[in-house]
Amino acid sequence: MLVALAAFLAFQYVTVRKSGNTDPMLFTAALSWFKTLHIQYAVGVDGVSVVMLCLSAVIVFTGTFVSWKMAPLTKEFFLWFSLLATGVFGFFISLDLFTLFLFYETALIPMYLLIGVWGSGRKEYSAMKLTLMLMGSSMILLVGILGIYFGSGATSMHISELAQHPMPVELQYFFFTLTFFGFGVLGALFPFHTWSPDGHASAPTAVSMLHAGVLMKLGGYGSFRVAITLMPEAAEKLSPIFLVLTAIGVVYGAMAAIRQTDLKYINAYSSVSHCNLVLFAILMLTQTSLSGAVLQMLSHGLITALFFALIGMIYGRTHTRLITDMGGLMKIMPFLGVSFVIAGFSNIGVPGLSGFVAEMTIFVGSFENGDLFRRILTIAAVTSIVIGAVYILRMIGKFLQGPLQNAEHGKLDDAHWFERLAVITLIAGIIYLGFFPTGISNMISDSFGSILQAAK
Amino acid sequence: MGYTLIILLLPLVSFALLGLSGNRLSYKKSGVIGTASLLIVALLSFYAAGEYFVTQKAGAVFQTLVPLNVLWLNMGANLHIDMGILLDPISVMMLVVISTVSLMVHIYSLGYMKGEKGFQRYYAFLSLFTFSMLGLVLSTNIFQMYIFWELVGVSSYLLIGFYYTKPTAVAAAKKAFIVTRFADMFFLIGILVLSYYTQTFDFGTLTSGNSAVFQQAISTQFMGASALAWAMALIFVGGAGKSAMFPLHIWLPDAMEGPTPVSALIHAATMVVAGVYLVARLFPVYVLFTPEVLQGIAYVGAFTSMFAALIAIVQTDIKRVLAFSTISQIGFMMVALGVSKLEGHEGLGYMASMFHLFTHAMFKALLFLGAGSVIHAVHSNEMENMGGLRKQMPVTHLTFLIACLAIAGIPPFSGFFSKDEILSATYQHNTGLGVWMTLVAGLTAFYMFRLYFSIFWGKEKQHAHPPHESPKSMTFPLIFLAIPTLLGGFVPFGQFVTADRAPYTIHMEWLVAGISVVVALGGILIARKLYQHPEKPTMVPSGLKGFHNAASHRFYIDEIYLFITKKILFNGVSRAFAWFDRHVVDGFINGLATTTDWFSVRIRGFQSGEIQWYAWVFLFGSLLITALILFF
Repeated sequence: MLVALAAFLAFQYVTVRKSGNTDPMLFTAALSWFKTLHIQYAVGVDGVSVVMLCLSAVIVFTGTFVSWKMAPLTKEFFLWFSLLATGVFGFFISLDLFTLFLFYETALIPMYLLIGVWGSGRKEYSAMKLTLMLMGSSMILLVGILGIYFGSGATSMHISELAQHPMPVELQYFFFTLTFFGFGVLGALFPFHTWSPDGHASAPTAVSMLHAGVLMKLGGYGSFRVAITLMPEAAEKLSPIFLVLTAIGVVYGAMAAIRQTDLKYINAYSSVSHCNLVLFAILMLTQTSLSGAVLQMLSHGLITALFFALIGMIYGRTHTRLITDMGGLMKIMPFLGVSFVIAGFSNIGVPGLSGFVAEMTIFVGSFENGDLFRRILTIAAVTSIVIGAVYILRMIGKFLQGPLQNAEHGKLDDAHWFERLAVITLIAGIIYLGFFPTGISNMISDSFGSILQAAK
Repeated sequence: MGYTLIILLLPLVSFALLGLSGNRLSYKKSGVIGTASLLIVALLSFYAAGEYFVTQKAGAVFQTLVPLNVLWLNMGANLHIDMGILLDPISVMMLVVISTVSLMVHIYSLGYMKGEKGFQRYYAFLSLFTFSMLGLVLSTNIFQMYIFWELVGVSSYLLIGFYYTKPTAVAAAKKAFIVTRFADMFFLIGILVLSYYTQTFDFGTLTSGNSAVFQQAISTQFMGASALAWAMALIFVGGAGKSAMFPLHIWLPDAMEGPTPVSALIHAATMVVAGVYLVARLFPVYVLFTPEVLQGIAYVGAFTSMFAALIAIVQTDIKRVLAFSTISQIGFMMVALGVSKLEGHEGLGYMASMFHLFTHAMFKALLFLGAGSVIHAVHSNEMENMGGLRKQMPVTHLTFLIACLAIAGIPPFSGFFSKDEILSATYQHNTGLGVWMTLVAGLTAFYMFRLYFSIFWGKEKQHAHPPHESPKSMTFPLIFLAIPTLLGGFVPFGQFVTADRAPYTIHMEWLVAGISVVVALGGILIARKLYQHPEKPTMVPSGLKGFHNAASHRFYIDEIYLFITKKILFNGVSRAFAWFDRHVVDGFINGLATTTDWFSVRIRGFQSGEIQWYAWVFLFGSLLITALILFF
């Protein structure tokens, strides 16, 4: 249902754009719900949000199938899961800063319960850590948002109106740091990423998928939609500091992934690396790198959701996630094994799959900046394609290939129909984006022209 | 010539078909589907080559033809990646080489892989590889080439790791992928630099020889060299990785863990020459604007060819001998490109390099398939388990001998002509380099005949099953490939493929040819003396013991890499990063939580709920504030 709706929206969007409508935002609606502070429920979409909505829809859809046999408290699980989804969808369509923030919080709170109740391992610790770190950052974010509102002297919190009231540059410096940092923590900005490996490892499969696939993208989307759009001058000036952090994050996440032995930790660190690449691309501030960032959000969302779904399915069978305890599983569960290899290949940017398109757009876009400093950082980020190959192939080589490690595993079965449905949907998305990126890429990059003109 | 699109897409279709149907297809059917589609591809390629070389000659030079070019991905204002098909002499030549060898390997595998588990998967991967390799040579722009370049790497990974339950195969596949990926990273950075300054990926613009395109790239200096020189050098590193040039050669010998037909196709005839093809594709840029980089390529090639030849002498695994021989021969092609200029007689090196690529693909594929036939018969890769096989396997023996004579450079076999032109071109450029390459040619003859005599002569060994000739599906490709190996030298290659695309008539340089034949014969005779009757224990002269040891260990290059990657990167840096993350970064966050916790425990007492305590605090607080107000 959701997928159908999102596809319908995307289709509508493309049709309207084709018919020559050049407004930056489409399908807008506004409803004032808190007059004293001029807070509206204002929604609308542009190319970027359409892409993010499609991603969320696909992941919520597949997540539902993956948790088909969720127990105990099935109803409660899906209740919180739906609330989480509501927050995510609301976030991507909001045009009003306060409403945006509200949806952001709506998405965070169910996380605590979903991990704390239905999680595994050190779930209380992880849930608490995740919630505290994200709450802390959202507190900073709130200060930033209020600062933008009052600093700009606008009469509402509508983003397009705020954009017409540019703040003085000194104020921008301060509030850019706050908002970018606030969103950045959710986007696993180095060195504030440690909530994510623990959180992912403890969360149930569908929550890991939604979390790494979509929730972490809220950070990237938010920092672009709010921090970059509203304070372009500060973004230009302050980007070197954050660029260094994100570039470190890209390499560091990949390096840390090499040493992990738990499948979920490997993928979590890989996510840290890729999400830092998203922030990195956003800060490069060229049209190409920004489209690359959105493509990377989309691509990484699909890949990481696929990874977590598969890890969940494998864990459900073997009851271990340590690659040292497994081996030769390819023979036992060929469907899951092949899907895992496809996810891995996409993760390291094999052409024909989505990761390649996104990463290459980012690298070319980042290189458009002529200065040596940004170039060196770009080259540092490029090294991640080699390090990525190391940890992915190590993982595949250890647990899928080689001789069968545990004789018990010989009796396990391959994927069920509902699992196959979820996996095939995700793989279809990955292959589609990898083969035919033209349409999506153009739709995204058309949305950036005006923002960048303001920045330069 | 729009039908060339079918050449490209048919293997992809066959891959999708075989990949999706998996084990539901019987192994016979999947083999037939794969082979039939390749047969069509090969026939179309021959037809395309015929049509191209006949019709596309406008005036004296061959034209470049782009039957198809569609936008694939926009990257900023000027840059965009296209997907298309480019036909020019070298890409058409490569079409013929790839489809021929691939078809032979498909047929051969019907016999060789019979009864293997995963036969369907094997044919699916072969189709994927053929698709990627064809896409690579037909690319219209450097980014499209990079895309297929990566795909070729992936299919090579999949095929090397075909026996995925075998840990050595898994390790070899991983190593091949990561080493070439490491080189590809430089390739990518090179593309980024090049495209930033030229604002184009298109080969047509890049190789037009128009200096305006490179104006900015040449005038920008970075660390003592122009940006263009950096870019071209980095791009060459990518090529060196795929073509196994020193010091990036370490993956190729290990890649022999894959099935032998795969080694023939990927690691002898097609993928490993991708680096040579890349340099040839960008040759106008190298020769006109960065001759210093081209010079470097020549030296890398020369060093690698000697280095690999020395190692090949002492290897005992027959596939590894062939692997090192491949590295050495690709070194020859690189040298030839490195010493070449653009026009007329000075462009001999370019022509020779492409010619050698062509002949080498045929005779090296033949050697590998022959080796596969031997391995199939004796179930071992080691020379010590072979001997006297010429009687049991006459077809394999004869075709192997033809290929050995070709690679050794004995007239009138094909390798003689192409190698001789490389040597002529090298002498023309620099006598020292010429002598060096002649020595390598002598070594080549020696180690190839060491191999030949050890396998087919000497004492017969005891085997569990007596060795016998391979089935027809395996001997047919051997015979088929022996034809171009025998006669390929008489193809007037200069009429088709030259640096400036104008026809060029090859003149034999009798002095160079004479010297190289004498040296090659010398090599063969020494090999014969030492290895035809290996009942005599093979003596290693005491002065060469050290060399023998070092060469057997491949000059310890693998150990050095292992030390760097395993000890320093994996155990040092990566472990440090992981530790840092768990203890310092996370420790800080946990510390924050613990501190908060500790603090809250301390101040908990204030909220005890006892009215008396509150009253006391209230009283003292008020007094304190009053006192402060009074005194300040």
